[in-house]
Amino acid sequence: MPAVQEQSAGTLLERYAGNLTQTPLLCEEEPMDPADVTRDIKRADLLQMYYYLRLTRALEDRVTALYRQGRIVGGVYTSHGMEAIAVGYASALERNDVIAPFHRDMGAFLIRGFTPGEVLAQYLGKRTGPTKGKDGNVHMGDLKRGMIGFVSHLADNLPVATGVALAFKIRGERRVAFTGTGDGGTSRGDFHEAMNFAAVRKLPVVLFCNNNQYAYSTPQRLQMAIHDVVDRAKAYGMPGEIVDGNDVAAVYLASKRAIELARAGGGPTFLEFKTMRMHGHSEHDPAKYVPRKLLEEWKKKDPILKAEQLLVQLGYGDDAYFHEVGERVKKEVEAGLEFAEQSPLPEGPEVLEGVFAEKADSY
Amino acid sequence: MTTETVQRQQEVTYLEAISQALDEEMTRDERVFLMGEDIGTYGGAFKITEGFMAKYGEWRVIDTPLAESGFVGAAIGAAMMGLRPVVEMQFADFISCAFDQITEVAAKNHYRWGAAVPMVIRAPFGGGVHGGPFHSECPEGWFFHSPGLKIVAPSTPYDAKGLLKAAIRDPNPVLYFEHKFLYRRIKAVLPSEDYIVPIGKADVKRAGNDISLITYGAMVHLALEAAELLAQEGIDLEVVDLRTLIPLDKDRVYESVRKTSKAILLHEDNKTGGIGAEIAALLAEDCFDHLDGPVLRIAPPDTPVPFSTPLEEYFRPKVSDIATAARKLAAY
Ligand SMILES: Cc1ncc(C[n+]2csc(CCOP(=O)(O)OP(=O)(O)O)c2C)c(N)n1
Ligand SMILES: [Mg+2]
Repeated sequence: MPAVQEQSAGTLLERYAGNLTQTPLLCEEEPMDPADVTRDIKRADLLQMYYYLRLTRALEDRVTALYRQGRIVGGVYTSHGMEAIAVGYASALERNDVIAPFHRDMGAFLIRGFTPGEVLAQYLGKRTGPTKGKDGNVHMGDLKRGMIGFVSHLADNLPVATGVALAFKIRGERRVAFTGTGDGGTSRGDFHEAMNFAAVRKLPVVLFCNNNQYAYSTPQRLQMAIHDVVDRAKAYGMPGEIVDGNDVAAVYLASKRAIELARAGGGPTFLEFKTMRMHGHSEHDPAKYVPRKLLEEWKKKDPILKAEQLLVQLGYGDDAYFHEVGERVKKEVEAGLEFAEQSPLPEGPEVLEGVFAEKADSY
Repeated sequence: MTTETVQRQQEVTYLEAISQALDEEMTRDERVFLMGEDIGTYGGAFKITEGFMAKYGEWRVIDTPLAESGFVGAAIGAAMMGLRPVVEMQFADFISCAFDQITEVAAKNHYRWGAAVPMVIRAPFGGGVHGGPFHSECPEGWFFHSPGLKIVAPSTPYDAKGLLKAAIRDPNPVLYFEHKFLYRRIKAVLPSEDYIVPIGKADVKRAGNDISLITYGAMVHLALEAAELLAQEGIDLEVVDLRTLIPLDKDRVYESVRKTSKAILLHEDNKTGGIGAEIAALLAEDCFDHLDGPVLRIAPPDTPVPFSTPLEEYFRPKVSDIATAARKLAAY
């Protein structure tokens, strides 16, 4: 039986990699028309987004370096190559909107005022981090800054975000909740329960999938039987859109449309940001299961590169400017690291603090 | 007396006490709202929220899709924003579908990043109602082991009302286990003024000198019945109603055991790894010098709750189980 023999040939990984090439790997979206960009995005906003792309990259590269030096003890999940998603959607939100982020949304934290110093303190388990050492990496939040803490359990934040939106609706506030998960996370029941509830009650929430084609080592084709996650939006009766997740302007504009629809009482939208995970699942993972060719292709679509091309095209920036921004973010990250390193570690007995709340405020 | 005071002095059932607490809290505080399956138009599977939707509207009495994880998650989100959701599980058994949201999100949020989650989950639990394996469970033990949750389980109309009000006013996630068997079986006259029963306080429902019988929920009534029987034999039971499981009122439990020097732990949740096991360990650690006999547990066997009447009768603790244990212990 030759078919069976053929199947068992090669390692599991090789077979997966082989099959992967059967699915379209690149985002086929048309590039943004510069005329649309200049009409719909303010120059200052676009430059600000570029700055946050660079800051996210610089900060996470620093975190990766610290991890490789053994100075960070926990997991490190970066948004490397996917920075445009969080930077784009967080820039499209108003200050009093609320974000229930995904684990590769560092840009959203930075835009909401988390400093590189705080983030590094969090990674280093310092008392000055947003969780005072109680949790690590991107598992942080702050209601004052409209950030819901990320929970490891993927998709758990989606029902929570529908509840945030429900609170806005009950109180008659014109605020919006924004939340999402990965392609893997969309397999969880909580994803579906949240999509359904949001649509049934027409809640002011935007839900997204950061489709980077892998969930740890599992390719999309073993995660779901559909090609586009956005197809799921239809089943819940909400509009959906595929967006080039590596184009910060496209992410910003699509998010803005969805946010304004939600704010106007039009209910939820689902956005599928197509992208590619350029590093391992976590920094310990060399990701040998991802075909190199695929990464090479996607490298050409790097979100920072794309943003620079756009800025040049619009006459908003040049190499000298890009270099200057690079220097600025580098300084900020180094200052942050100094703050984090000089910060105290928590003391052992602090473990006992904070299990229960003494009060609950309104946000 | 005005008609109102006359009415107020009428006896109310355990179920009505719960309903009154919800109604009064919703009137007192506009942040309080309800979510659950069939609680609106239909008034809930047990009719606890009958008439609420007409009174408070469909955005404060929210009929949800059949999705426990989803609506508990939503309640968490709304609570963090400053509302006071009270979620109804149609039956406590279905709380397993929301286990993840309760233990991973609600329970840990404040500890991890300082976000208070002021919400209540009402869970009609317990057997004796021919509910079978999926409508009779006592799932409190699962949550007893998850730091960050408060757990209460009232046994009387007075406690039911006062504890629910306290739970709604608490800034933490509170699991409120209400016993289905008690809904329409017990009645009491309640105070006409607003009151709460503080979370974390046990209550001695019958003072006695010989043996401390420590229990909660519907088993309190079984304990009281057994105490009357045993009194005729000269065995004087003290019935301690925990009322709150987390935080456990260790002081009150210890005070009772130090007085009687003997303890029986009684519950309807199955035996292994249950609340009784924890209290037995606490007594061994903290009251060893005061004990004059072994700490005994009375609880159902480690099986699902069976359906057929003789099976369920065998399964559930009985007055005779308590009598046997008490006589054994009295002999020490
Ligand atoms: C419920 C749950 N199961 C397993 C994990 C372990 N885990 C962490 S990230 C991950 C893969 C996530 O894939 P995806 O949702 O596509 O997001 P990505 O990491 O690719 O951005 C897994 C399996 C988890 N965090 N949560
Ligand atoms: Mg993925």
